[in-house]
Amino acid sequence: MCYCRRRSPWIFHMNAGSCNGCDIELIASLTPRYDAEQLGVLLQGSPRHADILCITGPVTRNAVEAIKTVYGQVLGPKAVVAIGSCPATTNVFIDSRTLDGPLDRHIPVDVFVPGCPPRPDAIIQGIAKAADILAKRGSNPPAPGVVIASESTPNEEVQA
Amino acid sequence: MNLITALVRLLIFPGLLFAVPAAWFFMWVERKAVALMQGRIGPPFMQPFYDFVKLLGKGTPTRSDGTGMLMRAWPLIAVSAAAGAVGLLPVLPSSGGFEGDLILLLALLELPSMCLIAAGFSSRSIFGEIGSAREATLAVSYNIVFLLAIVSIAASQHTFRLEALAQLHSSPLLWLGVIAILVCLPAKLHLNPFSLPNAEQEIYAGPMTEYAGPELAMWELSHGLEWVASCGLVATLVAPHVTIWWLAALIFVALSFAVVLLLSVVATATARLAIDTTVRFYWQCTLIFAGLIAVLAISAPLLLRFRP
Repeated sequence: MCYCRRRSPWIFHMNAGSCNGCDIELIASLTPRYDAEQLGVLLQGSPRHADILCITGPVTRNAVEAIKTVYGQVLGPKAVVAIGSCPATTNVFIDSRTLDGPLDRHIPVDVFVPGCPPRPDAIIQGIAKAADILAKRGSNPPAPGVVIASESTPNEEVQA
Repeated sequence: MNLITALVRLLIFPGLLFAVPAAWFFMWVERKAVALMQGRIGPPFMQPFYDFVKLLGKGTPTRSDGTGMLMRAWPLIAVSAAAGAVGLLPVLPSSGGFEGDLILLLALLELPSMCLIAAGFSSRSIFGEIGSAREATLAVSYNIVFLLAIVSIAASQHTFRLEALAQLHSSPLLWLGVIAILVCLPAKLHLNPFSLPNAEQEIYAGPMTEYAGPELAMWELSHGLEWVASCGLVATLVAPHVTIWWLAALIFVALSFAVVLLLSVVATATARLAIDTTVRFYWQCTLIFAGLIAVLAISAPLLLRFRP
């Protein structure tokens, strides 16, 4: 079961006020050049089918309720990947009054993929890491520790 | 003895023991073919199996009693109907026992699609309802061509027995029927250009939007079994008649594989059509095939009569 969970991460992509840069890079990781389907990654249309929730954007006030709803709709065991610098730190939009970020104020985040936007390789690495966490954790509640998939050194991970 | 043969056919070959791995294999072939045609590497060989096991281990949303029971029942009915359809296929040479007939096979082939329609409506999701409405519209359109083809083949043999249909000699009517069935299969299996009911991303996941975990796994399995059943139907119609059982089985698998490849290539090379275009396409197909079959049916006795 653990092995199957690791080999079959289905993702659901959610935009929380992103500028579309990270969204384009996420789609790029599924295209022929990077082909994330080799790892079993499938982009799903319905959050009910997904294992991993990929969230981009600095979390605007309007998006907060939607994020919580969708997080509830994804069934366990599940993991969350925050793609880009925006959901991690709100990036250049910090202190904006239209924002209610960063993301981990609202839902537990398992993997942060930094970058503005991050490279598709980093996104794939982040998803693979989330799949690993998913397989190890099973149905237990998410642990507070987070892993950062580093952009510059794709082979090393930095524990936060 | 008859009971044992029937059980062997239903449970071992071409029934469940063969059909479930074959379903996963065909789903992998489809995904791999799409990936290769798009210049990707594609999923590993065991991917559909991993997906199935993973889905079995996921949770299901809490639902009220009535809806919950219905939503658990639909995928199970669909899986058993599809498995029954595969078990009925006359792959091996006649061996006695329960054989069933064409009408039963057609009903079992149609049942998963009916379950899908009911499932979409009972999930109470707006996307599920749109998907179900599309599936219903589509079923009304393509089934006329499908039934026309199969019934004309059966009528030309004056029988509804499956054994007789597996031993057809090639004739223009048979090939016309096979082409008509092949035209219908993309709609039956929800493939491009007729992937309207489950139109991924467009209406989320269509009737399956609210399904998760083991229920979704059952839907995936029933979809795979539908692949085996419908490609197997074409394979049994065109397969030459052999009396050695292992050769018959081998030819059946090879022909099904060829049909799967053909459908995947068509699916990759085309884009999704709108619902009105699809319906118009199938009704035009109905007219064309009905005309051709009428011409063949009338001309055959006439030619025989005037033969010197």
